[in-house]
Amino acid sequence: MTALLQHPGYDEERLKGVAEKLPCREVQAEMLLSLMGQPHQYSYPSILIYGHRASGKSHVMHVLMKELELPHATVSCVECVSIALLFEQVLLSFFGCDAASLLPRSPSLSDFVRVYRQQCSQSPAKQTRYIVMEKAELLRDTDASLLSALLRLQELVGDNVTVILLSEIAWDKFRPNTGCFEPLLLHFPDYSKSELQQILSQNVHPSYSAGFYSAYINILLGVFYSVCRDLRELRHLAALNFSKFCEPLAEGKVKETDTHKLWKHIEPHLKKAMQTVYLREVSSLQWEQMQQMEEKEAGALRGLSAHTHVELPYYSKFLLIAAYLASYNPARTDKRFFLKHHGKIRKTNFLKKNEKTSNHLLGPKPFPLDRLLAIFYSVVDSRVAPTASIFSQISSLVTLQLLAQVSHDDQLDAPKYKCAVSLDFICAISRTVNFDIVKYLYDFL
Amino acid sequence: MATSSVSKGCFVFKPSAKKKKKTLSLESYFVQGCEDAESSETRFRLCQELWDKIKTDTEVLQDELNRKILDSLLDFTRKCSSTRQNIDWASQMRASEIPTAALMLGVNIPDHDMTFQSLSDMLKQSVSPHVASVQAKECGALKHLMKKVLERLMDTVVVVDDEDEEENVETSPRVHRSVHCSLGILCDWYAARTKKSATGTPGKKRSSQVRDEQQQPPVVIIFKDLEAFNPRVLQDFILICSQYIDRLPLTFIFGIATSPSTIQHMLPHSVSSLLCIELFQSLSCTQHLATVIDKLILTSHIAFKLNGKVMQVLIGVFLYHDFSVRNFIKGLQLALLEHFHSQPLSVLCCKKKKALFNVTQLSKPNLDRIRQLPSFKRYVEKQEAQEQVNLMTDDSHLKEVCQQLIKDLHKYHKNYYPILRCLHTLTSSLPRYPLGKQIRELHLICLANNVWENEDYQSAMKLVKMLAKGELVSLLQKCVEILQLSKSKKMKNALVQLEELLARFKQLDTATEMTPTVEASIASPIKNLRKKTDLFQLQKTLLEMNESRRAKRLSPFENLRNEALEFIDNLVKSHLSPPESQPLYEVCYYSSSTTVRRHLNATPRTSIQAALSNPYHYLQNDSLKSEDGTVSNAAPDICIAYKLHLECGRLINLYDWLEAYSTVVLAAEGNDPDSEHFGKVDEVKHARFIRAVSELEFLGFIKSTKQKTDHVARLTWGGC
Repeated sequence: MTALLQHPGYDEERLKGVAEKLPCREVQAEMLLSLMGQPHQYSYPSILIYGHRASGKSHVMHVLMKELELPHATVSCVECVSIALLFEQVLLSFFGCDAASLLPRSPSLSDFVRVYRQQCSQSPAKQTRYIVMEKAELLRDTDASLLSALLRLQELVGDNVTVILLSEIAWDKFRPNTGCFEPLLLHFPDYSKSELQQILSQNVHPSYSAGFYSAYINILLGVFYSVCRDLRELRHLAALNFSKFCEPLAEGKVKETDTHKLWKHIEPHLKKAMQTVYLREVSSLQWEQMQQMEEKEAGALRGLSAHTHVELPYYSKFLLIAAYLASYNPARTDKRFFLKHHGKIRKTNFLKKNEKTSNHLLGPKPFPLDRLLAIFYSVVDSRVAPTASIFSQISSLVTLQLLAQVSHDDQLDAPKYKCAVSLDFICAISRTVNFDIVKYLYDFL
Repeated sequence: MATSSVSKGCFVFKPSAKKKKKTLSLESYFVQGCEDAESSETRFRLCQELWDKIKTDTEVLQDELNRKILDSLLDFTRKCSSTRQNIDWASQMRASEIPTAALMLGVNIPDHDMTFQSLSDMLKQSVSPHVASVQAKECGALKHLMKKVLERLMDTVVVVDDEDEEENVETSPRVHRSVHCSLGILCDWYAARTKKSATGTPGKKRSSQVRDEQQQPPVVIIFKDLEAFNPRVLQDFILICSQYIDRLPLTFIFGIATSPSTIQHMLPHSVSSLLCIELFQSLSCTQHLATVIDKLILTSHIAFKLNGKVMQVLIGVFLYHDFSVRNFIKGLQLALLEHFHSQPLSVLCCKKKKALFNVTQLSKPNLDRIRQLPSFKRYVEKQEAQEQVNLMTDDSHLKEVCQQLIKDLHKYHKNYYPILRCLHTLTSSLPRYPLGKQIRELHLICLANNVWENEDYQSAMKLVKMLAKGELVSLLQKCVEILQLSKSKKMKNALVQLEELLARFKQLDTATEMTPTVEASIASPIKNLRKKTDLFQLQKTLLEMNESRRAKRLSPFENLRNEALEFIDNLVKSHLSPPESQPLYEVCYYSSSTTVRRHLNATPRTSIQAALSNPYHYLQNDSLKSEDGTVSNAAPDICIAYKLHLECGRLINLYDWLEAYSTVVLAAEGNDPDSEHFGKVDEVKHARFIRAVSELEFLGFIKSTKQKTDHVARLTWGGC
């Protein structure tokens, strides 16, 4: 297979090294190398590599750059809180500190191009320079011209430079309205099951045989492949559960080759892992501790989402209940629920057509502050003075993200809110104050 | 101010030095407007002493309460930094996650500050000098969050270490070019720091051994209020951090007010898989309050007391509004200040010795004030005629009596609290909690009136009677433990008696009883009862059973139990009388619940409405006095406009409003309604009206509407 990676202009030995480090990505590496051409040749101005998470994009680029010792700058776009940082990093890795300090305080794109040209004339490129931009989809949120400029940077600076964008998103979602230079597209497909098997089996535990470990990986993939194809996660899970897998071996009950017994031992354990540690309900550290504990003790550990109970002050509870009612009941039905002599209203002919569908399926609707307070005063059983703390409780409910403010922060006059809690949550809350909320909900009438 | 200059112009008068000094001290603020200025100084000092005591006590308490969770957090950070250093196969293969502690603190956000403060102090002291805490409101964007983290981490170290002065000069220009702050710089800085401490400069004075031992102290970032953070910012920050985790041993602490599932709401799986989250649950705020009340209110060490209503207000604010212990203590402070400020006799509200001394120093007007006290009057009425005259006329005799009364008051407190606790232990586990689950509820009942006359008390005692022997004995045992702590003479007597009773209970164990036969005789009708289905028969048997039970001779256990309960009942009757029954109780008890409520639970809307509908309330001008519901026509324009707008519906026609307004104002000016000019609106009145309307708009009572151009919409309810 290594034979595939032969390319004029690069050292054979090094190419071999590259091939070893890139299992199951030979085709893509080969493709990239042929796009890059020989080191001194001009390369295509911009290349977009896309594929799912953990499909080896960054890894391939990293290995190629490092092993072949090509001049490059790797920039992660998340980290570049400002474009200045991006420019600085590029200049820093191509021309050293002095060049980076030439940039003015808040540089524009043309500043960058100017400095680049100036430096480039002093030290012209003997080889193609590469700028690798990770998480390139974030470039869309920055200045619109930046992406188009980067795509044809070669032209702008007049240097042998290639921009390689790495992204999880296909090019169609990138293309700006104004149109731009089209980069070469290169897709990294997901690893197949056998490829995953091959890659994961490489990380053999030093004190066990390769065959044994590969059998373990096979079992692991059997459980997890249907839910997770992320190489990084799978490797993590493999590391977490391996000690449990070896347990019967250490106790001397089973031989290494007795795969069926090993499978029987580990399978329920892996199933449990899928529900807990994979979802990060339980942290990896706790998971490891749990394995060491006895079975019955381990049951005591509860996941993150098990703790849903929130203690609230008395009036906050009622405010939340009022907010829930206001969000999920049509405003016209308030009369029916909160007025003493409302008369009888039939559900069917009283409603417009669209209100007949369940409000709970449509999600919470915004309501003005007045309505919230009106419902609050009729719901709460005692007389409440409209004190400042009632109002401050509303805003603290917003900071706790139990309510969401729909209108803009600046709007002082009649602000609007939405209730952001689930039915289960509000039922639990209203149970603590002996309020039967279901009786007041239009959907359950 | 006059000048001797002849020329016209501006003159600058520099304030003289004397005047400048006269910035008001705390004390002079206190003395200002204080009743009885003479004793105000002593009162101020007493007040401050008490407040200092309360403050230190609460701080100690808070530290104790938080100790457990803080210790476990410290362990967590230490453990994380140590596991990071070992290099075995599993830890190599594992994805490097950022260790994260999710700290559940409850919704009482005002209290969190103190917890975080002590947490970061302790972390700095014992785990790592690199601690930065950030708040949501200062981190609107990723840039700001980054900047804050870098500044806090690098600056704090610079400030703490004197020897890093040169480094400070070097790094500061880099930091202050704020656009260029990235975690890369932090990494470099961290590497430089750790290398430095690893080589160990000899001149180090501080406890650097700790740091040398673990050469990689973790970098801890505390997110004080996770809910308020912008999820986007947080996600990006975590993504960036995870890229540097192998170079920079980061640890996060999330402060969460609601529930841990918030993390899952805020962070997608791709981000939360970068974290290794462990949960830490802090003490609930109600427990916290219970401890504070236990240590600060239910104790005889602190002379200052709250009466039932004030307690009710403070506890109400806590339970109904904010759950904040800090605000509760602030309320206590307010009551304390108000008490010493408004009650001249509060000079006697201090330790017993000091109070006795202060009695001798009482001035004539203060002695008269004592005579005026309702509780003292009640006391006087109980005395004989001669004694009454003496008390009302002879000052020195009054002082002597007062000393005795103060002593009695202190004794009352010394006995009250142990007995209260005993009663609470006996009744707190009864079904349906007739006297409350928490001791504060029982305390409130006792403050209000004689507890033994309360129906709930009687039912509670009945329930205690039904307790099994083992339970009763264990409860009494607990009471013994409580009484052992108290030093007063009466309590010691009670203790001896109670111990005797307990000993007799134990004797019962050894001597086997005839009870089985008695039980058998009761059991038989019950057996019969099961067979019968006839209602009449059932009633008959039940009546019979009741008779037989009443007639039945009491077993020794029942005798003893009744005796014990009677003993408890007597204790309650003699020691748990409400404070109002004690003469001179006003000295120690603060009772103005309305003041406290007005300060703590402000009602802006009601006061605006009061001002508008009844201007006399604030202006105190006699011409504004009016009967209920009406506004005199001499009232300010805005009040008239407000009154008129109340009569309108949802939409108000401005012209009609103006007409009505000018009619009222004209009447006020005393114009004859029949005259020629009447009803015409002149420019001044028009302007005044417009001003009143815009003021109302500013206050939020009306707003302009697009439905009709010459109308305004009413924003308050009630019109339609």
